[in-house]
Amino acid sequence: MTARRLPVRRIQGPQRGPNLRGRLRLMAVLLGLCGVALVAKAAEMQLLRSEFYQAKGDARFVREIAIPTSRGMITDRNGEPLAISTPVESIWASPRELLKHPARLADLAMALEQPLEELKARVEARAERDFVYLRRRMTPDQAEPVMALKIPGVYSTREYQRFYPLGDVAAHVLGYTNIDDQGQEGLELAFNDWLTGKPGAKRVIKDRLGRVVENIELVRAAEQGRTLELSLDRRLQHLVHRELQHALLENAATSGSAVVLDVATGEILAMVNLPSYNPNLLESVPAARRNRAVTDVFEPGSVIKAFTVAAALETGRVMPDTVIETSPGYMPLANHVVRDIRNFGTLTVTGLLTKSSNIAATKLALDMPNEHLHDVLHRFGFGELSGSGFPGEQAGVLTAPQGWGVVEKATISYGYGLSTTVLQLAQAYAALGNGGVWMPATFVHGGAGEGRAAIDPQLAQTMLGMLETVTGPQGSAQRAGVPGYRVAGKTGTSRRSIAGGYEKRYISVFAGLVPASKPRYAMALMINDPDPKQYYGGLVAAPVFGRVMADALRLLDVPPDNVEQLLAAAPAVPAAAADALTLEAESVAEALDAAAGPEMQAADGATR
Amino acid sequence: MNWRLLIGLPLLLGVIVTAISVVESRQQHRQLSVEMTALEIQRDELNIEFGRLQLEQAALGKTSRIERVAAEQLLMRSPSATEVEVLQP
Repeated sequence: MTARRLPVRRIQGPQRGPNLRGRLRLMAVLLGLCGVALVAKAAEMQLLRSEFYQAKGDARFVREIAIPTSRGMITDRNGEPLAISTPVESIWASPRELLKHPARLADLAMALEQPLEELKARVEARAERDFVYLRRRMTPDQAEPVMALKIPGVYSTREYQRFYPLGDVAAHVLGYTNIDDQGQEGLELAFNDWLTGKPGAKRVIKDRLGRVVENIELVRAAEQGRTLELSLDRRLQHLVHRELQHALLENAATSGSAVVLDVATGEILAMVNLPSYNPNLLESVPAARRNRAVTDVFEPGSVIKAFTVAAALETGRVMPDTVIETSPGYMPLANHVVRDIRNFGTLTVTGLLTKSSNIAATKLALDMPNEHLHDVLHRFGFGELSGSGFPGEQAGVLTAPQGWGVVEKATISYGYGLSTTVLQLAQAYAALGNGGVWMPATFVHGGAGEGRAAIDPQLAQTMLGMLETVTGPQGSAQRAGVPGYRVAGKTGTSRRSIAGGYEKRYISVFAGLVPASKPRYAMALMINDPDPKQYYGGLVAAPVFGRVMADALRLLDVPPDNVEQLLAAAPAVPAAAADALTLEAESVAEALDAAAGPEMQAADGATR
Repeated sequence: MNWRLLIGLPLLLGVIVTAISVVESRQQHRQLSVEMTALEIQRDELNIEFGRLQLEQAALGKTSRIERVAAEQLLMRSPSATEVEVLQP
């Protein structure tokens, strides 16, 4: 540049220096251009593309972090916990970081209570990775000493684990959750949405080291999991479990289920299945985890006779004291023979229930239209879901009445050819005790649904009186008696059906209501495959009812409605009942034996 | 000249005061959020502790355990029929 201008300068004079003014102007222009470029860039960043750059900046410092929530608690009707989530710590490491400090592995192994070689092998196998679990689900107390070592590359995360303090006693009803705290079975599954919280999120600014320096805003407030209050009563649940287990052992039976319902509301107070499993340690086979009281159906046998009788009384063609001839104890019907366990001679309709006569039930059924019998059974909820909403619940089978022949109708009248769950059975009996109003079953405390009238209240009252004779001195289920209380109920024994017929193995059933003067609790139970030497319902299933209720009524402060019996029993051991049958004498002796509990309560209450 | 000073000075003062109060409130925000985080942690810890205690209570209060302790350690039993006297109201 200077070279080009040299000649001009020469004209002005060889002594003059370089053209300072020109250079200055040039510099000013260049600097001015730089300024314009800067302003232009600033304008672009601040005005035109500001969002893009804001986002880029935020991505480097602003983080959205989750606010963790825990799963809600499940409690019984008195607020006692049945399932609780507590936090546990899982220790993990970044092998890449950890292996830079090999000297500290020994300390770590000691704190984790793991052999050094094993730990070393595990970490080295993943040397290039950034994540390996060292030990999962430790209690915070166990995890603390590990974290106190402050070994680089060792971290802990909080996870939640579900605990069931009742263990196997309520396992089937509650179900369980998986490792991510999601319900897999039972009520944990049915109420998963209610129990699961919604994790929240907040936006924070983190510094280079990952520390939170500033909270910017709450994106979503965390919604903690809600508490679920069940209708179950922990103490009753335990009682039923204990007595059912006792009966299973005593009778060498393979399995059993029992349900206790609150008559007025349809709330399920206890539901037990055996054998059970420990939900805190899932090692059992999945089949043992089924809640058989609602998922498995069986032919109920004689317990259905109560509804056959209700249907017959409803037609108005028979009265409770109408006489039916059952001799000689068997009755040919089409190509089939209906049998009683022995010849009962002439029986009244009440006597049909007391003695459980198949022949009398058949005669009543044949005397009414198919549709009527079907209608009554259907009104009591057979062949229909109970309304509990339990996952996998079965409705049982009640076929359409148009297809019933004479034999089908006869067998249905005494409980074969239709199937039911234990829960449905308890519900149907509860309806008898609830003035004929059938209530949908519920597992939720205060979750009672709308009832529907199944039969006339007057008829329901009559039925209670008739069913009371079953546990009376002439009845087939004296062992279901509860000293001091009036009990209405019915036994049942059915042969287990297999493909193509019936086996020589049995199901023993009992369904009952207590106290009979104004029923508050209904209980149905089923014992599967008891020792064939004494398979009748009255001997296997009925005592469970008696024993459970003796303790339960005391526990629940139900006043005795049969004080006379207590007065008669208390001072001295009375002479054994006149009945000659050894079976019955035996059960009286046992009833006296069991009398201790409730009597003490009665005396206590009176003196206070 | 005088009117310039009259307007400019209070504005200048205002700028200084608001600038300081921005710094001040910023600082307060930081302090309070630190405090909040600490309290949140404390709340979570207490909740956890409460859950653990409930669990422990439930385990110790298991009906089967009470029954066992009553029968085995305290030697309690239900009175037999002959030991009971029924009083009528």
